[in-house]
Amino acid sequence: MIDRPSGLGAEPTPEFQEEQRRWEAASAKGKSRRGPGSGATDRTISDVPLKTAYGPADVAGLDLARDLAWPGEFPYVRGIHANGYRDRLWTMRQFAGFGTAKQTNERYHFLLEQGQHGLSVAFDMPTLMGYDSDAPQARGEVGKCGVAIDSLADMEALFDGIDMGDITTSMTINGPAAIAVAQYIAAAEKKGIPRKALGGTIQADILKEYIAQKEWIFPPRPHMRVIVDMIEFCTREMPKWNTISISGYHIREAGSTAAQELAFTLADGFAYVEACMAAGMDVDEFAPRLSFFFNSHIDFFEEIAKFRAARRIYARHMRDKYGAKDERSWKLRFHTQTAGCSATAQQPENNIVRVAFEAMAAVLGGTQSLHTNSMDEVLALPTEKSVEIALRTQQVLAYETNVTNVVDPLGGSYFVEALTDEMERQAEAYFTQIEEYGGVVEAIEAGFFQKEIAEASYRYQRSIESKDRVIVGVNHFQREEDRGDLDLLKITEEVAQGQARSLQELRAKRDAGKVQQTLDRLQKACRDEGDNLMPHLIDCVNAYCSEGEIVEAMAAVYGRYTERSVF
Amino acid sequence: MANRPLRIVIAKAGLDGHDRGAKVIARALRDAGMEVIYTGLFQTPEQIVQTAIQEDADGIGLSILSGAHMTLFPLVLEQLEAQGAGDVVFFGGGTIPPEDADELRKAGVKAVFTPGAPLQEIIDFVEAECGKRRELVG
Repeated sequence: MIDRPSGLGAEPTPEFQEEQRRWEAASAKGKSRRGPGSGATDRTISDVPLKTAYGPADVAGLDLARDLAWPGEFPYVRGIHANGYRDRLWTMRQFAGFGTAKQTNERYHFLLEQGQHGLSVAFDMPTLMGYDSDAPQARGEVGKCGVAIDSLADMEALFDGIDMGDITTSMTINGPAAIAVAQYIAAAEKKGIPRKALGGTIQADILKEYIAQKEWIFPPRPHMRVIVDMIEFCTREMPKWNTISISGYHIREAGSTAAQELAFTLADGFAYVEACMAAGMDVDEFAPRLSFFFNSHIDFFEEIAKFRAARRIYARHMRDKYGAKDERSWKLRFHTQTAGCSATAQQPENNIVRVAFEAMAAVLGGTQSLHTNSMDEVLALPTEKSVEIALRTQQVLAYETNVTNVVDPLGGSYFVEALTDEMERQAEAYFTQIEEYGGVVEAIEAGFFQKEIAEASYRYQRSIESKDRVIVGVNHFQREEDRGDLDLLKITEEVAQGQARSLQELRAKRDAGKVQQTLDRLQKACRDEGDNLMPHLIDCVNAYCSEGEIVEAMAAVYGRYTERSVF
Repeated sequence: MANRPLRIVIAKAGLDGHDRGAKVIARALRDAGMEVIYTGLFQTPEQIVQTAIQEDADGIGLSILSGAHMTLFPLVLEQLEAQGAGDVVFFGGGTIPPEDADELRKAGVKAVFTPGAPLQEIIDFVEAECGKRRELVG
């Protein structure tokens, strides 16, 4: 009799393997016979084949110490905190922004009064693309998908009456991220709050923009320099600030699979790590302030597996490939948002239920921060009522369901561990492909990511069309609806007119000489790789240069990006 | 000439980079046997109509998520008229509230498809409406 280790990850005994074969022969061999939509029962949403049930043989390769360990310990697959949510719940951070800074400021006061922990700024399209509200490109877009921020004056209005040293703020902006940080610093310092006291996150993930979200300004190479300068500056001057939020969310929204979201996001993360190291920074100096942002889609277990795999892959790469020595550099911290693309315009109340399941997956996957979508976002910006339901969903989850009591409750599940392994395997296969291109920027330039995502989203749409995958209220269980009575938020064109007016007033009353001087110095710094851009950006912002003027000055040196379209 | 495939321009306008819907529709129409010209991102209404005229397109499909639909759809209609291409079948879709969709249809947009609209419905619509236009225009 040979001694065998027992338990998860151990080779099952011959007797048990025999039992398994008997059971598999007796069962339906994983094929569902339940009728329409049954195609979806043997594959995850991302097309990972599924068995009817999982057992020890599915995790035979799992090494308990190497691959699993304990919560709070390398490789952190079970979470980055030993105590999970017992010490501290996730941050409930609803994304909000619309109309003018003043209108959005009122929504922030409302959300803080309702018990929200931090703020999350949604900017409008012109702001995200580096155009002023009165630019011809901004026609019809001002204040629509977020708040219009043209200058420091708007940033000051946005945080009017809010203690910027007390709350944390997340800003979802990428192309002009460095300008937004400069505005945030300037707005706080005008209130007497030093930059070192500021906590929060800036998204600043420009690589994801080329891959999926398409809100870029400059071409990838110079834009990476802007981001690296910003990371370096924030690392050194803002110890409580998360310098970048590397985002898979938009990659998923653009139609990727879970594994693609995981792989492309982490690949982007590693590209920033490499760029910062190439710029002369020590990995342990900046890595502890890197953070991630994932999507939580409707395929419950696949999402949990994705979050767990993300932590394990990141820890292994950071320690073993990039040589990080500080434990904080190994831990992947992330924010999650429920999947906007899973919401349906049909029977919008069903979205409340979808969001609840997706939020649960994010929490079982160990997220540090969560945004739950509002049911009406598929039709328009959310109303106050629907935002409140979305926030209450998180509160019910946190305080009533008791899922916060035990850390990584699904750890050790044959199925979840096998799926976690599969996510990791697929991600590693993508890393190899990206390396074959020569890296992330090169793969972007070759259209690799864009093509992979377009393929996946088309496949997904086809599976819905064929009714292989059931979407409740869309391709099954439909009913005639009168949606005329839905109370939707409207942004009027007056917002654009008002923004244009204040911008003209601002231009008339500021010190024009100072504006030109700071813009000239910024432009000079753009040409000089050795000069960090951030102090120059702060000077421009303090001189009340508008975002459009700053971007124009930079674009004169860097150019603007255009992509080759693939579908 | 009568038997050449239908030619459709799929367009994105304004600053909105959400191109998932546009690309899926482009693929679906192509798979249904049509010739599809995708404009790429950040087009002005003027550019979109120009593309349709240059490509001798039977239809234009405009996709918008950003909320700018009540500005940009009418601008495309205006341009179509101004360029003497009012017969081109103009349809669209995206994150568009029902009452706005009604208003757009009244203004002359042939159809507005919101998220969840079946691809087959869109294909059938394009085939029928653009086919009718072909018969009229020859």
